[in-house]
Amino acid sequence: MKQKYERPTIKKMNTGLMNKFGTRTDFDPVKEIEGVTVKSLVEQYGSPVFVLSEKQIRRNYQSAVRSFKTRYPKVQFAWSYKTNYLNAVCKIFHQEGSWAEVVSGFEYHKALGNGVSGNQIIFNGPDKKEADLILAIENHSLIHIDHFDELYLLICICDNLNKKAKVAIRVNFDTGVYPIWDRFGFNYENGQAWTAINKITSTINLELVGLHCHIGTFMLSTSAYSIASTKLCTLAKRCKVELQNPIQYLDLGGGFPSTNTLKGAYLPGVDTVPSVEDFAEAITNTILNFGFTPDELPLLILESGRVLIDDAGYLFGSVIANKRLSDGRRATIMDFGINILFTSNWYDHKISPAQESSQYTEETVLFGPLCMNIDVVRESINLPLLETGDQVVVHKVGAYNMTQWMQFINMRPAVVLIDQNGQSHQIRKPETLEYLEMMEEIPKHLKS
Amino acid sequence: MKLKSNIATSENGFIFNPATGDSFTSNGIAAEILAYMKLAESEQEIKKRIIDKYEVEPSQLERDWDDYMLQLKEANLLDL
Repeated sequence: MKQKYERPTIKKMNTGLMNKFGTRTDFDPVKEIEGVTVKSLVEQYGSPVFVLSEKQIRRNYQSAVRSFKTRYPKVQFAWSYKTNYLNAVCKIFHQEGSWAEVVSGFEYHKALGNGVSGNQIIFNGPDKKEADLILAIENHSLIHIDHFDELYLLICICDNLNKKAKVAIRVNFDTGVYPIWDRFGFNYENGQAWTAINKITSTINLELVGLHCHIGTFMLSTSAYSIASTKLCTLAKRCKVELQNPIQYLDLGGGFPSTNTLKGAYLPGVDTVPSVEDFAEAITNTILNFGFTPDELPLLILESGRVLIDDAGYLFGSVIANKRLSDGRRATIMDFGINILFTSNWYDHKISPAQESSQYTEETVLFGPLCMNIDVVRESINLPLLETGDQVVVHKVGAYNMTQWMQFINMRPAVVLIDQNGQSHQIRKPETLEYLEMMEEIPKHLKS
Repeated sequence: MKLKSNIATSENGFIFNPATGDSFTSNGIAAEILAYMKLAESEQEIKKRIIDKYEVEPSQLERDWDDYMLQLKEANLLDL
């Protein structure tokens, strides 16, 4: 019987100091996800294909909720639609008890379509159209005002409809993390937020029910949330004492990181990123110690997205070709690139082979399939010697990729959900040319 | 393709070039091919040995052979 073949290769040894940040290179093949083999999924749904684990999504959600509810009496999560708004995904979160947090008209309609009741939809974002606002007012949704123009538009709409809107303002402030995210909402330090609050409370048709902030994304500092909580609590206290307007909820937004590794980081994300427990401790401690009486304690809303779904998502892909670059480095071309893996712009995604290979590895540049120079998935990664047709698994891709992906050169692939019983379900079909051209129209003079 | 005469190789795939001080590791098949090259076997003879011993199509080996020779050339191990 013949022996297993592996292409011949050599690797130069570099002398010098050991890298003290060096970690074990993990090349154990990932042949299955939740008991379903990579091979069978690729055969059934094609390559590349996104795969989501329902079990892991629910596990993440329940764990995050537990982190907060064991520390604070009134907690509500609202699923951040923009992180992943595939209906099947949203419905899992809603089944678990999550409200919806949307940032556009179409996301708002998606939430309604997913059966979320209007008063459990939080409407964020700087671009709310008049028709969207009317719908949100009529559905008693929580409208988070982003800027004064929106505030005045809302006042005008409420007057015309003679209806009262439930609103909060988005507040931005210095939390010790720079650059400050000050493009959204009203600033705390310069008094703009207080001016907006005064305007709202003096308007008959607006009811100020909450205060909201979203201090950043992929936040690595828990102290920033303590500062944000303190400032929101201060505003809430002032609202009650000076304006006799008790605040019903504080919304700390999202921004909790997943355990992906940011580009340029010395250590892997799993070793450096604070846990949801850490964030929960920082936020709830601050609010509980601020001086509210027990019946005064506001509802705490979280709009987490990334941390709840990133590690439940995988991308399976295949090797198109191998080549050697001018400087001798190995390059491998995959059938997925930045078109569908948008997050490869800022993460060094963990990538595992999906089949057995030897422990011999080669430094490789991982390119995507696009005819574009920028299509680089990993600039340098040690991988076993992959051959054309071999499959890989990209880890922690559940957040943002299935919303920020592009139809560019290649079409977007299928998305598959593995349910809690290990059954796979296609929750988004791969795109076709017909789908792609559905919205196009050809002028008469070009038809012949 | 001929390996430089002063290149030292070991059975477990270690390669040392005394002229430059560079050292390399190689995987099993790469070490085996180097050993055959040191015995001055021809390209065709070596390829036949590999095809007889391993599960590989001749066309695949052909591609990998070219790539391997390129690596050896880049590493300054070949007598050109």
